[in-house]
Amino acid sequence: MVWRLKKHSVLPGFGLTLGFTVFYLSLIVLLPLTALCLKSTSMGWPQFWETVSHPRVWASCRLTFETAATAALINAVGGFIVAWCLVRYDFPLKRIFDAMVDLPFALPTAVSGISLTTIYASSGWIGQWLARWDIKLVYSRWGIIIAMTFIGLPFVVRTLQPALEDLEKENEEAAACLGANRWQTFRFVIWPTIIPALLTGFAMAFARGLGEYGSIVFISGNMPMKTEIASLLIITKLEQHDLAGATAIAVILLVSSFVVLLCINLLQWWSSERVRGVA
Amino acid sequence: MSIEVRNISKSFGNFTALRDVSLQVHDGELLALLGPSGSGKTTLLRIISGLEVPNPNPSSDILFHGQSVVDRPVRHREVGFVFQHYALFRHMSVADNIGFGLRMRPRATRPSKSEIRDRVGKLLKLIQLEGFGDRFPSQLSGGQRQRVALARALAVEPKVLLLDEPFGALDAKVRQGLRTWLRRLHDEIHLTSVLVTHDQEEALEVADRVVVMNQSRIEQIGTPDEVFHHPKTPFVMEFLGQVNVFHGRVTKGKIELDDPFTTEQHEPHNNSNPQAIYARPHELDIQRELTNGEGIAAKVRRLHLAGPIARVILEAENGGHVQVHLSLERFYELALQPGVAAYVVPKSGRVFEGASKTILG
Repeated sequence: MVWRLKKHSVLPGFGLTLGFTVFYLSLIVLLPLTALCLKSTSMGWPQFWETVSHPRVWASCRLTFETAATAALINAVGGFIVAWCLVRYDFPLKRIFDAMVDLPFALPTAVSGISLTTIYASSGWIGQWLARWDIKLVYSRWGIIIAMTFIGLPFVVRTLQPALEDLEKENEEAAACLGANRWQTFRFVIWPTIIPALLTGFAMAFARGLGEYGSIVFISGNMPMKTEIASLLIITKLEQHDLAGATAIAVILLVSSFVVLLCINLLQWWSSERVRGVA
Repeated sequence: MSIEVRNISKSFGNFTALRDVSLQVHDGELLALLGPSGSGKTTLLRIISGLEVPNPNPSSDILFHGQSVVDRPVRHREVGFVFQHYALFRHMSVADNIGFGLRMRPRATRPSKSEIRDRVGKLLKLIQLEGFGDRFPSQLSGGQRQRVALARALAVEPKVLLLDEPFGALDAKVRQGLRTWLRRLHDEIHLTSVLVTHDQEEALEVADRVVVMNQSRIEQIGTPDEVFHHPKTPFVMEFLGQVNVFHGRVTKGKIELDDPFTTEQHEPHNNSNPQAIYARPHELDIQRELTNGEGIAAKVRRLHLAGPIARVILEAENGGHVQVHLSLERFYELALQPGVAAYVVPKSGRVFEGASKTILG
């Protein structure tokens, strides 16, 4: 039997990089997650079910997913407009605006949490105006959404920018020559080609929102059943030395985010296949 | 529908793309805009289509069938535009691409779905791509894509068809085929068309009339025959086919040559005495012995015999190269071989003085 150890390729290093990829992913991602799952199984199935079916846990998980989805949706719209403006137009201070998009990445989350709380609190710059109309954002689920929107923005903008830069000007000109108005050109020519990137950005912003902790705890008020997010509940359990309980919630969070992200990725994959024109 | 362009100028920042250009395209004609890159031909085409706006000037205007369209936006000009790189919508099937313009119409004038399907089917037949309707652009070859782009432009029944280097991205063989096909198509549908190209062969073969452009201006307008055989300027002479340039004096219609040098080394138009004398390769003859008159002593360097004529490249004593086209009969009669000494004898040539020309024979 002939063993073909090496297949010649123009780009060498497949074996090496694959080996490293498996090792690296195992070390960084898989190992901690496995440990997490193992830890949660130590408590036994009935106890696990009791922990995760507790109304407070259920409420916090639901809140986390709802707010993260809302924030990602807001970012999908707002981030799209920002990316569109930055890519398609030239204006003074464009570079500075462009750099500002990354700030939520760089800022320690506690700092952003505190500053957002200060601004939106009833004595803050924006909060005092909103208070006149009896609108209170801080210490409500809207506060959580604000924080999640803040930290998720760069994901949408940065994934959309390359896609918008890739748009061919000639395609839009062709559409105009064929009698399409601006809205039609956008809807039928531009939109279908940027959906995949927008979905990716949405998924990343969503995932980031799910895992956010630092900035939210300052602005949410952390009221059980109302504004308590899942990651805070995990910390609470840990502080009560209920390690198994904390990991149980973590597993629920992990599995459900994985399912959601997988769905979005499948959708994204399907739409980009369509864009590439492979039937 | 006829097109008239009046006194159009266009600049991009400091760069002037068009300088006071005026042009008439007759109804049902296929006109080629020919010139080197940067001569302004694409800009002119884009201004006709409305994709580019000319410099504001009270005397400039663009008329379709006598009506000014300068203020009409692209989508109301009813022009079909074919781009060099096809610009097909890659997320749409071939059929959806072709039907796009019809689907975008306002509800009142939009044909029904079945009518659109019929029209698309007819166009697929016209571009010889029946059965390709469900494919995507990425599954087609370059030539097929460009035919789809053409069908898409024709689907909306435009008043004029504008083609911007439509075969520029295709290989020579496909190009030749598509060129012939385009000419046949034009003879069938008689749609007023303007074709931009930098390929002189393409322009001369396809077009009814050729507009030669250079440095943001029109050098000459005429039928392929006129511009090739009766060029008005040295630029046109040199751009349309090969030319040998000699230095010489013209006295009483007789050429007195100083020394020859090649086309490649020539800087266009030299009005001083001695003058530049232009002769196409077929306007020269080769003689083994100088019998009478003027001739340039030269050595045969290279022979190209693959073709209907013999192309002979000779090197003159001063190192300049001369290209001569002979009939194969004449070539074999002379029995030329590389290295053989011979004389180049001009049968006719051209001298340009300003815009006018003198033909010497």
